[in-house]
Amino acid sequence: MLDFHEVAAENVSRDFGRRRALSRVSFQIQRGRILGLLGPNGAGKSTMLSVLATLMRPSSGRIRYGDLQHDSHRSQVRARIGVLGHDLFLYGELTARENLAFFGGLYSIHDRYGAATDALARAGLSDRADDPVSSLSRGMRQRVALERALIQNPRLVLLDEPFTGLDDVSAGALVARLEQLRAAGAMVVLATHDLDIADGLLDEAIFLRDGRVAQAIARPEGLRSIYRHVIGREAQ
Amino acid sequence: MSVLQTIWLIVRKDLTIETRSGEIAFTTLFFAISCILAFAFALVREGKPPEDGGAGVLWIAIMFSGNLALGRTFERERQSETLRALLLAPTSRPAIYLGKLLGLMALLTAAELLLVPLVAYFFQAPMFRHPVWLTVIVVTGTLGFASVGTLFAAMLVRARSRDMLLPVLLYPLTFPVIMAGVRGTTALLQPEVDYALLRFWVQLLISFDAVFITLALWTFEPLMTDEQR
Amino acid sequence: MPSWFMRTAVACAALFIAALVFIALAPYERDMGLVQKIFYFHTPSAWMFLTAGVVCGVASARYLANPSPRFDRVAWASAELLVLFGAIALVTGPLWARKTWGVWWQWDVRLTSSLLGWMIGVAYLLVRRYAGPGSDKLAAGLALFGIANVPFIYISVNYWRTIHPPTSVVPKLPLSFGVPFYLSVTAFTLLFVMLLRLRVHLEEQRARMDSLYLSLDE
Repeated sequence: MLDFHEVAAENVSRDFGRRRALSRVSFQIQRGRILGLLGPNGAGKSTMLSVLATLMRPSSGRIRYGDLQHDSHRSQVRARIGVLGHDLFLYGELTARENLAFFGGLYSIHDRYGAATDALARAGLSDRADDPVSSLSRGMRQRVALERALIQNPRLVLLDEPFTGLDDVSAGALVARLEQLRAAGAMVVLATHDLDIADGLLDEAIFLRDGRVAQAIARPEGLRSIYRHVIGREAQ
Repeated sequence: MSVLQTIWLIVRKDLTIETRSGEIAFTTLFFAISCILAFAFALVREGKPPEDGGAGVLWIAIMFSGNLALGRTFERERQSETLRALLLAPTSRPAIYLGKLLGLMALLTAAELLLVPLVAYFFQAPMFRHPVWLTVIVVTGTLGFASVGTLFAAMLVRARSRDMLLPVLLYPLTFPVIMAGVRGTTALLQPEVDYALLRFWVQLLISFDAVFITLALWTFEPLMTDEQR
Repeated sequence: MPSWFMRTAVACAALFIAALVFIALAPYERDMGLVQKIFYFHTPSAWMFLTAGVVCGVASARYLANPSPRFDRVAWASAELLVLFGAIALVTGPLWARKTWGVWWQWDVRLTSSLLGWMIGVAYLLVRRYAGPGSDKLAAGLALFGIANVPFIYISVNYWRTIHPPTSVVPKLPLSFGVPFYLSVTAFTLLFVMLLRLRVHLEEQRARMDSLYLSLDE
């Protein structure tokens, strides 16, 4: 199975007609690291995640997955990426178990129902496994969605605003899960508004403003004050 | 996962959802019935339907119901962006297309099981005289409509004005299918069936299906990738 | 305006004026009278309509295979010309037909196929205008399917009798009819090419504006 030890964005730009959503963004991430994309609405965080997920091609620049570019080994690269989007990607009428088994099948997991059961246990949802997803609370759906994103054991995990609408307990559980992923050697890219939670979780922080990298900080602490400093600054 | 396994997975998923909620099935079937009734009220005068009207009404009803079913099927994929999730996975694009196509065919076939008897009754059309030929025409014609429809409905998922644009795109493109379906069915309903003519229309339908399914499989990937937000 | 525009526009205008002069001077056709002169506008328009269809289909296919913006611009421009010249043909045709054969319209092969092709062209423009992001690919798919459909449309309508004059009329035109006709065809062709290039140029300028805006941002 294809694997890579590093993902790099090299001078990635993305335009939509007249609007430049991303402007020469560069960064790198290694195995066992959590990278945060921080910035105000419209800064380009979701666009960057879409490009990393191979859903969109950059208008210029490129994404490197180890030694490969996404153009050449599209389907194999996709098999090693897990995405937790804003919209959760779950079929409301199917049960949690069925959702997980379905996506497990798409990713060619060997024993998809077994994998689904394990995933549900990890999420602490074994008792609700056979209820339709639409009947679960937001936090529970989020947990199922996360397991769905992780069912194929991806090397690169992309999360778009995963803490939105979560209570403290669920948020804590998510943080723990992300730390587990880091320990297991995955690469996590996290776009978030939630600076308090991100504090202490991130190995690196990329601050985006108007599609550009305003600041990149390794091992950040006190994110809120850095954020205010970096983003709150007037444009030069 | 092989292409066939993927197709089966997708079809099963859609059937499971459908049997649970029944939303699309019930609304499409009910719509099909109301469609025929509307035509019957409009066209049947004092118990006398227009000459050879049954074939035309049948195919128009299939077209309208198909349009509705297509819109609803992909609307469901639009919620929670599951179509995006399908595209993110390493599934072969043709498999996604074929899976959706088969699901739609199943739904439309169910609707036709209702439509044909209704048309036969209200429009006094001897539909069941040659059941094998009728099945061949209806299935190949529906397949032609569905093959073009699935592709364009999938593409329209992220577009604005999608409800309006689907019929605008679909009706001119599926004209030969409807034409062949109507003419073929009309030929079949005559007291003296002209088998040469019938064979001509069926052959046209089969070649349409072959050409357009192939074209759709070729173009599904370039048409669905690089979607913008 | 691009540099070539003035010269081409003047040449085009000259050709049209020459054509009009010859058309006015051309003898009346024995049976149809003055109305027959619509033919000098109808047939070239129809030919341009068909050419635009082919150009659009080919450009769309190439765009899907290789997403270079140039193909997209040519496809859009030719779709607009398809609708324009198609409209002219679909209006002048019935005008002629009414006087000559007493009917505005008939569901024969050529008319039905042309009408459908025209409708697909209109659908293309609607998609470009209203479908939002991704409409370029969507329209290209439509154009491709439209072109693939042409033989099927033709065959499926063909079993009806056709009242259209057979194509063999054109090659056998005597000189007095031939000169104004071919002048008209040349004028229309030049007009088509000029409009196509102008429209593509417009889109190129638009794209250049967009990238200027973007580089302002840098």
